Amino acid sequence: MNTKVNLAGVTFKNPVMTASGTFGSGKEFSEFVDLNRLGAVVTKGVASEPWTGNPTPRIAETYGGMLNAVGLQNPGIDMFVERDIPYLAKFDTRIIVNVCGRTTEDYCEVVKRLAGQPVDMLEINISCPNVEQGGIAFGQNAAAVEAITKEVKKHARQPVIMKLSPNVTDISEMAKAAEAGGADALSLINTITGMKIDIRSRKFALANKTGGLSGPAIHPVAVRMVYQAAQAVNIPIIGMGGILTAEDAIEMMLAGASAVSVGTANFRNPQVTMEIVQGICDYMEEYGVEDINELIGAVQ
Amino acid sequence: MAEKFKEQAVIIRQEEISYGIYSMWLKTERIAGKAKPGQFISIYCHEGSRLLPRPISICEVDRMDQALRIVYRVQGKGTEEFSKMRTGGNVDIVGPLGNGFPLKEKKAFLIGGGIGIPPLLQLARELKCEKQFILGFQDSLFLQEEFRRLGNPYVATEDGSYGTEGNVMDAIRENGLDAEIIYACGPIPMLRAVKAYAKERNIECWISLEERMACGIGACLGCVCESKERDGHTNVNNKRICKEGPVFRAEEVEF
Repeated sequence: MNTKVNLAGVTFKNPVMTASGTFGSGKEFSEFVDLNRLGAVVTKGVASEPWTGNPTPRIAETYGGMLNAVGLQNPGIDMFVERDIPYLAKFDTRIIVNVCGRTTEDYCEVVKRLAGQPVDMLEINISCPNVEQGGIAFGQNAAAVEAITKEVKKHARQPVIMKLSPNVTDISEMAKAAEAGGADALSLINTITGMKIDIRSRKFALANKTGGLSGPAIHPVAVRMVYQAAQAVNIPIIGMGGILTAEDAIEMMLAGASAVSVGTANFRNPQVTMEIVQGICDYMEEYGVEDINELIGAVQ
Repeated sequence: MAEKFKEQAVIIRQEEISYGIYSMWLKTERIAGKAKPGQFISIYCHEGSRLLPRPISICEVDRMDQALRIVYRVQGKGTEEFSKMRTGGNVDIVGPLGNGFPLKEKKAFLIGGGIGIPPLLQLARELKCEKQFILGFQDSLFLQEEFRRLGNPYVATEDGSYGTEGNVMDAIRENGLDAEIIYACGPIPMLRAVKAYAKERNIECWISLEERMACGIGACLGCVCESKERDGHTNVNNKRICKEGPVFRAEEVEF
């Protein structure tokens, strides 16, 4: 039984990855998860310098989901390179670094700093809905998506994944723009912008007023968008959005994803990533799937 | 690194000890044996639409029997679900989480307000020094028997139905109390008053904070508070309440 998948020339032992921002740099979760069993750890977004993030409350639970407005708090590339990459490099898993920035130059600076690092792929976050500058501003306009992809590609030494926002009218247009800019892969979906109001206090549940909705509530939206993007481009896709179980992961692959990222589910069960890896193997056995690559885009 | 475990705990017993306040004893495999006063556990709902664990402080620990007690208020749908769990039932928990109170043998105030009182009980049991309990309630009292067995609690109620009429600071003044160290847990206005009191008198002061959490283990950065020092994790002036906290030196954090 083969569970290996290949994205842009990088081989992953299995298609299960962690979604950026939900798993830190793996250290906290390593008390619950054997990181060696994961296809990849996708790190929390890192910028050229430390970011403080948004005021609290940053988190609100919603029916079947949650809103977050953490605002990309991160230690900056210096500390990340010094501490987090060496930590992750000890494990037999792939490392994908999520890169964030306020300007194109910010992104490029981080990408350049990662050039000589033992990092397998870069995931460029042009879809964070919780920061004033950068983030989603680069991801809601096809020309901007193509332009930043081109710039990042000039400096990147690792294959580049562009992480797309679902907060757009036509996802396939954004997917094509990233492909035209030279992206090696896509990941989607980031969170869907949402809001929650406490009716007793008449206050916003989040200090930032709006936040990104994630969790099983958004899964069908993610499956639809992954399918549409997969129809539009010829580069591989990492599918994410509300994956809670192996069944959800397989559904995402059938829609066209070559790999999947598990995010909010880590909060529901810190060991869920390993359980999904196992569940995919069980499914393959039950349905006589010899090679996991048979599943990619196999929806009829 | 302090060890943490994910377990399926068994509910030994549960009762409503005051209006909307529940006490639950849980049988664990390893969590109770490792728990320290001031730490908390994450409790997961059975209902699938509620994804996030509820962080609830540990009220008492029975290390011999690997049992721990939580005392919580029904605040929303998650805690309402917990309040309906029956003896013999299972619930997933992760813990022990957070740093806990430092145990220092100095004449102490243990100041608790409302649902901030429970974590002080295990602290009261483990502190061997002279200690005074100052407990503030809105109206109805809880955990009085337990504290009385360990010393003499000074009580304040907002409606004056019991003890000092007013808050915990009023109770301290009315009874002419003093201390060399303060441990406090309760609502933010109370903690602000305690912090100001400690600063004015130059008393060492430790407070326990709470915030909306997602992961509970330090990965998601949902539950930070502003700190004076740069935190070692993100290199900004934000500490994670679930990891570096929930107990902080009062002057170290802004709240």
